[in-house]
Amino acid sequence: MKIIVCIKQVPAKDAPLAIAGNWIKESDIGFEMNEPDSFALEEALRLKEKHSGEVVVVSMGPERVKQTIKEALAKGADRGVHIADDNFAQLDPLGAASALAAAVKSENADLILTGLQSDDQGFGQTGVLLAALLDRPHATIIMAIEAAEGKLKLKRELEAGWFQHIECPLPAVLSIQSGINKVRYATLKGIMAAKKKEIATVAADSLGAKTELTQKVEKIYVPVKTKKTEFLTGAPKEVATKLVEKLKFEARVI
Amino acid sequence: MKILVITEQRQGKWNNTSFETLAAAQQIASAASGSVAAAVVGKNLDALAAELAAKKISEVLQVEHDLLENYTPDGFCVALKQVVESTRPDLVLFPHTYQVRDFAPKLAAMLGKGMIGDSIGYRNEGGKLIFVRQMFQGKTAADVSFVGSGPWFASFQSGAFRADQVAASDGGAKPINKIAVELKPEQIRTKPLELFKEAKSAVDLTQAALIVAIGRGIKAPENIPQAEAVAKALGAEIAASRPICDEGWLPMERQIGSSGQTVAPKLYLALGISGAIQHVVGMKGARTIVAINKDQNAPIFEIADYGVVGDIFEIMPALTEELQKAK
Repeated sequence: MKIIVCIKQVPAKDAPLAIAGNWIKESDIGFEMNEPDSFALEEALRLKEKHSGEVVVVSMGPERVKQTIKEALAKGADRGVHIADDNFAQLDPLGAASALAAAVKSENADLILTGLQSDDQGFGQTGVLLAALLDRPHATIIMAIEAAEGKLKLKRELEAGWFQHIECPLPAVLSIQSGINKVRYATLKGIMAAKKKEIATVAADSLGAKTELTQKVEKIYVPVKTKKTEFLTGAPKEVATKLVEKLKFEARVI
Repeated sequence: MKILVITEQRQGKWNNTSFETLAAAQQIASAASGSVAAAVVGKNLDALAAELAAKKISEVLQVEHDLLENYTPDGFCVALKQVVESTRPDLVLFPHTYQVRDFAPKLAAMLGKGMIGDSIGYRNEGGKLIFVRQMFQGKTAADVSFVGSGPWFASFQSGAFRADQVAASDGGAKPINKIAVELKPEQIRTKPLELFKEAKSAVDLTQAALIVAIGRGIKAPENIPQAEAVAKALGAEIAASRPICDEGWLPMERQIGSSGQTVAPKLYLALGISGAIQHVVGMKGARTIVAINKDQNAPIFEIADYGVVGDIFEIMPALTEELQKAK
């Protein structure tokens, strides 16, 4: 089974965000693999271990995203494709998906996996849009995958504790729900092996993908507070005393 | 401006966020001298369509087909593309449900359009619609606008508007138009099977008056007893954000958020929870929210009544002691 995993590199979870117009200042902060995508990668590696085949990771963005591709290769992916685009953060969901679709089309993969959404922009549309652009069946928020006889049996999460089983033919596109598996760490052996693995670079503007925007992020900003928060300060014991008083006499909830 | 709201139902029961989106559509339309049509999609929809017809809208679009009885992304996209093409709305609005995120971006793409998903509000700036959504897990908000011609597609997050603010019809029942769509079995590639719940939930957090919830800040499972001690001293149920349950540190049935339970207790004490959107939608209805987090910029503080910026591992034992004294 040939599996493509789309992986995004995002600012590190604890990175201090300095807003600059409609994006953030990228200097001085660390970047990491988008956590939801790491579950998709893990699922691809497990499918390969069970059914054999190849796992190809695709990531779009400036030069720095190669580091995230290398991390995926160290975990066990076979090769990487870097879609080089310094302007990646300015694309809308359809533009990003168009470039990804154009880049992976000739791979003719059996399965394309994405994470559910990115921890930075959080559009949550890439998998569904890839399916539309490549004209493949899809399913999202997947919590289990069984592959047999050219088709998939999937467990899809619904809201409020409900699930549904779905049958889906191959080739297909799936968005993976976070928590579907326990993500592995790269081993030293894996890190060494990754050095010999191929990363092909394709320039985004050579793909002929849609570049005109359908939507534009005009600006980002620290949200306006809807509630007035009363902050309690002091040493832990002092804070605890104040909080209990507030809960008892002001909020009257205890 | 002509607005079309795509409501959501399953087996004849509404997803109530449909009415939140309908309320949003009515508000957008009233400021833009526009109209709102509401579509309901599935099979055997007469009762639901009649319910929509009692609202202040221009018409109900009843989109029925045998192949729409059970939701599939292919079936809904093929059918709704025809509805959008024949009714030509300027703006198509959806509630941001798991089902909508499964098909709406594709529907928009089939028409060469984009979708602004998961919006928490909107502004009308001199006739230009700006949608507000969250980015960076709620640490920032973003103003997003459409580029180019419509139809435009957007969805509103659960809880962004109030379902009880849907205006009723001021002149009797509105017309119900049955829209015939062409849909063939071979156009539907996935096959939906049974709906089910995992092991029956032993705890019903929706009934809990007091909840102590933990997030990533708890760091390791061996630290959970400290939070449980706070809960015990309060007489509260313990709950968690999704990552904690994904790790298996607490059972899934104790998860609060869009994929877990939605609660509205008297007190919600959030320990080491950053306040990502997916969690907040499940608890923002709490009467009093207390957040303790080491990051003063954590989005949970935006909705907290009382906040403590500090180390939960220092505060939890002190709080347990004070709560015991207060009894």
